[in-house]
Amino acid sequence: MEIIKHFSESEDEQSFVINIGPQHPSTHGVLHLKMRLNGETVVDVEPNLGYIHRGIEKMNEALTYKQCVHLTSRMDYLSAHMNNQAVSLAVEKGMQIEVPARAQAIRIIMAELQRLASHQLWWGCLGLDMGAVTPFFLGFRERETILEIFEESTGNRLTMSYITPGGVLQDIHPNFVKDVKRWIEQFKKNLPEFDQLYTNNVIVQSRLKGIGRISLEDVISFGACGPVARASGLACDVRKRFPYDGYDKLQFEEIIYKGGDCWDRYMVRMDEMKQSISIIEQLIDNIPSGPYREKLKGVPKVPEGEYYQRVETARGELGVYLVSDGGSKPYRLKYRTPNFANLSALRKMFIGQKIGDMIAIMSTLDLIIPDIDR
Amino acid sequence: MLLTITLADIIHSIDTWLNQTLSPNLALAAELVLGGLAIIGLVIVMAIVMVYAERKIAGFMQMRYGPNRVGKWGSLQAVADVLKLFMKECLTPKNADKLMFAIAPFLVTAVSFMTFAPMSFAPGVQFWDINIGVFYIASVSSLSVIGILMAGWASNNKYALLGAMRSGAQIVSYELSSGLSLITIVLMVGSLSVKDIIMSQGDLWWIFKGHIPAVVAFVVYIIASTAELNRAPFDLAEAEQELTAGFHTEYSGMQFAMFFLSEYCNLFVLSMLAATVFLGGWMPFHIPGLEVFNHLMDYIPGVVWFFGKTFAIIFLIMWFRWTFPRLRIDQLLKLEWKYLLPVSIVNMVIAAIITLMNWFL
Repeated sequence: MEIIKHFSESEDEQSFVINIGPQHPSTHGVLHLKMRLNGETVVDVEPNLGYIHRGIEKMNEALTYKQCVHLTSRMDYLSAHMNNQAVSLAVEKGMQIEVPARAQAIRIIMAELQRLASHQLWWGCLGLDMGAVTPFFLGFRERETILEIFEESTGNRLTMSYITPGGVLQDIHPNFVKDVKRWIEQFKKNLPEFDQLYTNNVIVQSRLKGIGRISLEDVISFGACGPVARASGLACDVRKRFPYDGYDKLQFEEIIYKGGDCWDRYMVRMDEMKQSISIIEQLIDNIPSGPYREKLKGVPKVPEGEYYQRVETARGELGVYLVSDGGSKPYRLKYRTPNFANLSALRKMFIGQKIGDMIAIMSTLDLIIPDIDR
Repeated sequence: MLLTITLADIIHSIDTWLNQTLSPNLALAAELVLGGLAIIGLVIVMAIVMVYAERKIAGFMQMRYGPNRVGKWGSLQAVADVLKLFMKECLTPKNADKLMFAIAPFLVTAVSFMTFAPMSFAPGVQFWDINIGVFYIASVSSLSVIGILMAGWASNNKYALLGAMRSGAQIVSYELSSGLSLITIVLMVGSLSVKDIIMSQGDLWWIFKGHIPAVVAFVVYIIASTAELNRAPFDLAEAEQELTAGFHTEYSGMQFAMFFLSEYCNLFVLSMLAATVFLGGWMPFHIPGLEVFNHLMDYIPGVVWFFGKTFAIIFLIMWFRWTFPRLRIDQLLKLEWKYLLPVSIVNMVIAAIITLMNWFL
């Protein structure tokens, strides 16, 4: 791997610097990209982070384990369930609790619904970033129904904090199964519309194919994860590699593409949606009965030690590194967030592309800025 | 007895009255002023109608309502927006080229207004029957690129400059194919005058009469004029996700509204031109041989025909906008130079052969 020069060193006569973001329409959230352009071509790029840094990791040290869950919902707010699950699993690992079967099933259904909702929003935003407004509304139409299902069972639409150490916070709503099934029907009917409007569009294909290519070696060296890495051919689905909450009992495929360009990243997510649907279908009809939560003490204490737990969020691998001193609060809670790792690969993808491609690449990375800044 | 007062009659009576009351020169001056005011009025009304229509069409295509709060069905939304824009302060960036920055929006709008002059809206309703009508419209409408370049350059903003440069490349290139596709029909008619072009379609519109070349020319013209208008999928000059707003990034309030107005104005003019050249302008739909049908069609006033066709094309162009994502600038130029331009040149040659052999339907 060649060494890339520092941003300020790559000066030449022709180029000029523009600042994309923080308040730029395509940086959903507040990412600042210093970009050196030569005409329309990107010569160099430097991401500037920290605009919404809230010190979530530090704040965790002052909160009990159950309270920590609530902060994780605020990190990657489009994968709130998975984030909650990551912390809960880490705590359970430390306390050596087995979660009831019902809670496991609910967790998986919720997580997959969340993944679908996230991918739909990403799909809409990709359309928006490429100048097509209608996909945004199509994506939102599907996502809204999922959020309504969430609201019904968890009382929240965005920051659920529903998955908690020991299980889930409360039992699912009586209409839950019916609503999810109805949504799946609706989504299966509408998914061809997604393809019709967008995937099969010549302009979309010409904008995405062969753009922002990143090789398998680079993906590994940057530590990229999730759909971004899988599009380059890296088998990194945590659900398959390090199964948790009973993912190993389910039949689903790990979507892997080889090209590593925008189009493959697009297709990975499109196919993942179908896999998520199949996972939900396997579970929804036979959610085990029984308790939805293991009875824990009001303020659980994790035995002294170091625990690492990873989950697959909608954007990739979220790792939780928990250091406990045996108390009711974590001594240190470190998150290894997927977006931060994916962002580091951004420079490699951008250089030499056009400014219009840059937007498409950023969109297919599906960055959630609060997850980067924490 | 059916009482029919056409637009032409009204205009004629105004003309007679003015000539009776005033001296010929004064009457002419008064008519010029009235004509100018009429165009400005028409443009403003059309812009408001089209802003409203665009929102409703977008709403229709995106499973939402569109504006529905201000006025009945949100019909006063455009008026409310204009009021808001009037109240906004027009800002000038610190290091901008102040004079050019101020002139640019007016230039763009004035150019759009100028293109209305040779348009024929109804039988006998035309401000200026110039013998190079189509040529005049095509050349004047491309002047707006100067205003856009001025705006982008004077803003002293990199986004604006990029947008203006893109727009320059885009408008100048697409001008070629749109011009060539107009020439295809002009060849068949044998005249550049708008009036002659409309009159030549009395039996059948050119899109039917001109065989394949006319259809190809129509398709090329619609694509090229969408690009000239800076509308999606060719809205690269403003590309809000890439350049935030392109050449008008630094404009606010009414200065911004002027660009907006001129965009809608150009959309209207180019649709009118397409309706005139390819779809017969105000000429009713006639089929040779079917006298009764043709006579029935004549009962529908020319104004209705003209605006019906224009709005059909406007709807088509708006439909593009809400369906397609944006191209990249190199793809856009490739489309023009590698595909559209060769196609329209070949098409023009075929049209010339057809015209020489007189192979019309």
